[in-house]
Amino acid sequence: MSACHTSATTATPMIVRERTPLIALAGQPNVGKSTLFNQLTGLSQHVGNWPGKTVERREGTFSFNGRSYGLVDLPGTYSLTANSPEEVIAREFILREQPDAVIAVVNASNLERSLYLVAELVALPAPLIVVLNMMDVAAQEGLHIEAPVLEAALGVPVIAMTATRASGARVLLDRLEPLLSSAGTYLPRRPEIRADHRAALDEILKHVAAYVPEPYPAEWVALKLLEGDTEITRVLAAALPAPKWQTVLDILRQHDDALLAVASGRYDWIGRMVRAAVIQPKMGQISWTKQIDQVAAHPIWGLFVLAGILALVFWLTFTIGAPVQAWLDIRVVGGLAGLLSHLLAGAPFWARGLVVDGVLGGAGAVITFLPIMVIFFAVFGLLEDTGYMARAAYVMDNLMHVMGLHGKSFLPLFLGFGCNVPAIMGTRVIDSKPARLLTTLIAPLVPCTARMAVLAFIAPAFFGSKALFVSWSLVMFSMLILVLSGSILNRVIFKGQRSAFIMEMPLYHLPNAGTIGILVWQRALAFVQKAGTNILAMALVIWVLSVLPGGDLAHSYLVQFGKLIEPVGRWMGLDWRLMVALISSFPAKENAIATLGVLFGNSSNTGLAHELSSAFSTASGLSFLVVTMLFIPCMATVAVIHQETKSWGWTFANIGMFLLVSILAGTGVYHLSLALGL
Amino acid sequence: MTFTQRISLSELAADRLGTILSLASGRLEMMRLASLGFTPGAEVSMTQNYGRGPLIVTVRGTRVALGRGEAAQIFVQPEQV
Repeated sequence: MSACHTSATTATPMIVRERTPLIALAGQPNVGKSTLFNQLTGLSQHVGNWPGKTVERREGTFSFNGRSYGLVDLPGTYSLTANSPEEVIAREFILREQPDAVIAVVNASNLERSLYLVAELVALPAPLIVVLNMMDVAAQEGLHIEAPVLEAALGVPVIAMTATRASGARVLLDRLEPLLSSAGTYLPRRPEIRADHRAALDEILKHVAAYVPEPYPAEWVALKLLEGDTEITRVLAAALPAPKWQTVLDILRQHDDALLAVASGRYDWIGRMVRAAVIQPKMGQISWTKQIDQVAAHPIWGLFVLAGILALVFWLTFTIGAPVQAWLDIRVVGGLAGLLSHLLAGAPFWARGLVVDGVLGGAGAVITFLPIMVIFFAVFGLLEDTGYMARAAYVMDNLMHVMGLHGKSFLPLFLGFGCNVPAIMGTRVIDSKPARLLTTLIAPLVPCTARMAVLAFIAPAFFGSKALFVSWSLVMFSMLILVLSGSILNRVIFKGQRSAFIMEMPLYHLPNAGTIGILVWQRALAFVQKAGTNILAMALVIWVLSVLPGGDLAHSYLVQFGKLIEPVGRWMGLDWRLMVALISSFPAKENAIATLGVLFGNSSNTGLAHELSSAFSTASGLSFLVVTMLFIPCMATVAVIHQETKSWGWTFANIGMFLLVSILAGTGVYHLSLALGL
Repeated sequence: MTFTQRISLSELAADRLGTILSLASGRLEMMRLASLGFTPGAEVSMTQNYGRGPLIVTVRGTRVALGRGEAAQIFVQPEQV
């Protein structure tokens, strides 16, 4: 008999192992899974990638009552059908790694939808524990859920908690320990397929049962075949003898609407659970989500809200980030430079140059950009955590259509304001391949924090009090170029294809400081690690190139190269020094400033700003900023473009596109500025 | 006699209720819609629909944003007012 349509099923004993118990955390998006993961592991967590995939893998450890546990955070998915790499990763992990328990986090205030993943998880052999999270939100909505009733109905342990409260994790751990150490039996009640397809399921099971490869359960495979799961279909097509497979295909063809029957079956099962466990139904009150959305998700006001939020981010950068940056630069880096120069007064010139200009120049750039990075990471973490990000995607949907994209493509682009690397990795949320590629190709046109930092440094030198306005205009200009490039690419290469826009709009909720804090900490750490090696190395290379072969800058390799490409620069009003700065920004955009510092022999940035504005015309300054905004993205971004597109062809085509766009725009802006008398 | 009226979800006005009759989406899209709760028989309520651009529909207690084209592939029976 198939387990899918009998209520009581085969018992799987909870395995007691001597080693550290391994627990997997599963859950749909917006159920508070990350908050729970952070609560349990704190800072003893590690972020990497799933092998061979570009999906983030978070794992960590925690101890309780002297015993330590391993915790793996599975990707947040709505179901376990092979719609996306995340869903395949989640189910393959459960089937292959056989965790001691799978904790399924569900949102108590949205029980019906979030139990859908549970309906899929109970069909897998790993022992399941359901965590009813967000009990506080449910209570606020007048919802009363009887956890013990739900537990009896599901046949799996149910723990009610609120992960955002400090006591939340404690409640979970108190129940978790006895559950893991008891050698009880696991007897979940599983969903059944809708009656009209029951016979087909039995038929398929009969044909495939003997051929299903490890580690897949046969009943589960039969169900996935009926659902039209691409991955399982592929596996079984290879495992079954050809005539058998043909028979199965014939059955499947007669039931091509079975996927709705399977999904309906799961929702019927959920309906029974919810009816049993929910005492008081939701009150029909107008939630604040609805009220906020009347503005934030409005087709016109929503765009103003979004523009306002972006303006606020830049305002924060300039009013908090820039002064802190200047302070770090003058007091910390400048002070160190003075001290080291004094200490190394007796050392040979090259040693002093290496330490003060090379090492300190590079390390200084890293330290001084950190405040701006932290501001961006915090603001974006905040927007993500409150649920606003989905609204940004929603209101941008119409505009994204100009490029043949939809609202979801806006999310990675939005992320690009922080850093282009996560932006390009973030294109994974886009379901269609052409749309994803197109988004990847234009994402580096979004000015990242590092480019904003260069902007924040150079704009005041040339434009004084108008710097904020000029920076804002430059960002808008980049956006315009992005839309233009996107529309052209879409029409020329992708022939105007479009993909489906389906996205959950989570309820707004108060942000959790801990979640955002950990996010900021991880991203800042990753930046310092990247910068600590890349930028420092490049600063040293630039310094070495600036003193070889003769020991003076005027005849160095760097100057020779800069002069070689100066003719191209002249179109854009850039001299060899600005061209060298541009080239050296490839390892990291912030290098542009460090390089100019070396070239002007001035490791204090404040002095440098003054020198720049006297050395170059405003038109040249503006042109340099435009080119910096649109130039080839940094080394890390190019590497990730290659990683995500898996094609050198697209990577180089993309580099060529940025070269062309930046030179054209730089030349145009320079000549226009001259004509305007700047 | 009850008469079954069948309109596409994109035609359902804001604040109106309806029951899903069928989905004509592509298979992959249908899978994603089904896992979010769009199955025949499910009740939907239109949360936001300005007549053009994307819309927001509430299904099984969740707000879901859909492109107009995606909503046009879902057929509903509107609740009689």
